[in-house]
Amino acid sequence: MPENLLPTGHRRIEQMRMQGIVKKFPGVLAVDHVDFDVKAGEIHALLGENGAGKSTLMKILYGLYHQEEGHIYLNDQSVVIRSPNHAIQHGIGMIHQHFMLVPSLTVAENVALGMKSSRGLILDLEVVSRRIRELSEIYGLQVNPNSPIWQLAVGEQQRVEILRALYRGAALLILDEPTAVLTPQEVDELFRILNQMTADGHALIFISHKLHEVLAISHRITVLRDGKRVYSIPAESATKEMLAQMMVGRPVVLRYDLPPIEPGPALLRLERVSATSDRGDEGLKNISLNVHAGEIVGVAGVSGNGQRELAQVIAGMRSITAGRIWLNNDDVTNHSPAAMNQHGLSHIPEARMTDGVIKNFTVAENFVLQNHGRKPYAWGGLFMNFRSITRQCKTAIKDYEIKTPSHETPIKSLSGGNIQKLVLARELSRQPRVLIAAQPTRGVDIGASEYIHHRLLEERTKGTAILLISEDLDEILALSDRIAVMYEGAIVGEVKRDAADVRTLGLMMAGSKVTV
Amino acid sequence: MITDILKASVAASAIRLATPYIFASLGETFGQRSGVLNLGVDGIMLLGAFAAYYAVFETGNLVLGLLAALIVGMLLGLAMAFISVTLQAEQGISGIGLYLFGLGLSELLFQKTVVTPTPIDGFPRVNLPILTDLPVLGEIFFHHNLLVYIAFALVPISAFVLNRTTFGLQIRAVGQNPEAADAMGISVARVRYMTVTLGGGFAGLAGASLSIALLNIFQSNLTSGQGFIAVALVYFGAWRPYWVMGGALLFSTVNALQLQVKTIENALGINVPSEFAVMAPYVVTIITLIFASKRVEQPTALTKPFERGES
Repeated sequence: MPENLLPTGHRRIEQMRMQGIVKKFPGVLAVDHVDFDVKAGEIHALLGENGAGKSTLMKILYGLYHQEEGHIYLNDQSVVIRSPNHAIQHGIGMIHQHFMLVPSLTVAENVALGMKSSRGLILDLEVVSRRIRELSEIYGLQVNPNSPIWQLAVGEQQRVEILRALYRGAALLILDEPTAVLTPQEVDELFRILNQMTADGHALIFISHKLHEVLAISHRITVLRDGKRVYSIPAESATKEMLAQMMVGRPVVLRYDLPPIEPGPALLRLERVSATSDRGDEGLKNISLNVHAGEIVGVAGVSGNGQRELAQVIAGMRSITAGRIWLNNDDVTNHSPAAMNQHGLSHIPEARMTDGVIKNFTVAENFVLQNHGRKPYAWGGLFMNFRSITRQCKTAIKDYEIKTPSHETPIKSLSGGNIQKLVLARELSRQPRVLIAAQPTRGVDIGASEYIHHRLLEERTKGTAILLISEDLDEILALSDRIAVMYEGAIVGEVKRDAADVRTLGLMMAGSKVTV
Repeated sequence: MITDILKASVAASAIRLATPYIFASLGETFGQRSGVLNLGVDGIMLLGAFAAYYAVFETGNLVLGLLAALIVGMLLGLAMAFISVTLQAEQGISGIGLYLFGLGLSELLFQKTVVTPTPIDGFPRVNLPILTDLPVLGEIFFHHNLLVYIAFALVPISAFVLNRTTFGLQIRAVGQNPEAADAMGISVARVRYMTVTLGGGFAGLAGASLSIALLNIFQSNLTSGQGFIAVALVYFGAWRPYWVMGGALLFSTVNALQLQVKTIENALGINVPSEFAVMAPYVVTIITLIFASKRVEQPTALTKPFERGES
């Protein structure tokens, strides 16, 4: 095989260089004179908070956006990338954070999508399937070309994405947060594939905000903050602490000390609870779980294994088909969300923008969504007391360090972290006995995450019973007194904080019964 | 004996009456599969019907009539595509607007040109050697006008295009996950323009099948809501051409029975108020849709305009 070819038969990209890239969005300088480069056989990690400009920079490289200034060079040739199609022709592929697959189509159909068929207008899935099998062989990416995507696990879907990029001749592959939805074991498998690809001469760009993964997989690391490149360093001389500080712009606490607390009575109790999912199958199977006063119970699991349904049944947003739920020793089985609130429950919902706030309402209106009809926000349950609402809301904005132009700003123009802080402020202002925090820091920057974590720990100290549902294992490990792992709608195991480690939790998340 | 003849003639007229439904709902299937709901089908049918009728009325040329309906339909489809894809207007509302536009304009044009409903010579029934002379079967299947055969031929062709061609794959992808299609280098707008324009053309033909093949006349509101039933049939048929055809046949059978309700009453010796007979197709539409729940093929991006995310 000639020197400059990949095992797929496509040409290598020896070097890709972006120089002085500038991209503006209305009111924001998203990317500010950034230089970035990657070579064949190398993984270059791009690190930064949400909104730091990493995705924008990569969307420019993939032809989805166009830069106002700056140039892109491939093998020292200046190129203009007008569209994704054009990027693909240049050998650039991208694995998006949200998979770009059509669920109702098969693997082969998804791969064939947008490609020329060998038989003109007529699809030739046979040829596509054969080529998929060849590539699967070369890279050890096992996948059945005839399976519909919706039947595949998340890790398998990602393999399809990678296969598709390889099929299209990608020599340079952009991976946007590729590990966000994977179990630790699936991450290991992904890293094995990525290492093989670099050994074969692919150039890889790895976007992430998970520091340990970036340190484990990449050769070089570049940190972006507020659209600027702040730092570039070989991976072997980087540490977690310094990277976190570079990302946030100030020192960050990565670990929390949980003061030992004697748990009080069980405030939230679930007994053999089952419920139906949106798809109509059994979304929750026989869940029994207690959360005591002054205790954080973490629920870990890969996305879509019943965590959403669990939060919803406790919040009264989904009815249960069997079992009982108690709040504060009151049987609240299949009560309404309002009734759950009356019994001392607060809920930070997973779908912040749809279940947590009303996008076009102002900060203040969102702040009183649940209690708008009660003192001190209303007179006689009818007339809104705007003076009191404004006062309370302003206090919350100050206490919770919510960055907003005013309390009358529509909530949708705030950043994810600030919206989440407002939801937190509202939920905690009711002084709950039980708190469900579902994905409380998803899409939230490190600074705000840290703040939210501290607030949760404060609630723990106050004696609130907290159920923390998160797909971020680091978050679960950092905050939980006990960890329950969900798999296919059931709790497959429960471990104490001291006994928990990533390995065993990962095995449980993949469905193995592990005794600790 | 009399009931046999009745059955044969009901079946034959059911097949004939299915023609406008099949044209219109196949066209709508393409649009909806790509994510565009066009509620203006009935309006396009009316203008298509008028265009075909007027061309034949003036020239006597049936092919010209068919072409006129096709072109008018495609132009209106193009307009709908422009409104829903480029301007990203709310699809349900703009479709209703298109319907009212077609309803009003077709009547206005008719009043300004032909004035009184005058019968024309439409597509004649085709006599096929041997087949047409078959007892019963010949009457049911092989004694129809050309448009009936074209409509039924379009069913397997549409299924083939949707399932076996690269264009069909693009349509399905765009309707299910436009972001993914976009990322794979497919122009979402281009695909939607093509399907909605094609759907408009089919709706135009549906109108022509009424005015120059089945009824051979034009009058105000000739379609009496058949275009809306065609939209419902797409849901009923779960976005699959063959199932859509099945739905069209079911409704046309109800239509056919309704048309012959007097004959049936006489034959069976019962009496059904005619209002019930007229209501029947609409009642059946509602009942079947209640039981036709969401299915895998439902385009998840239906009615959702696509815009490349700025996040």
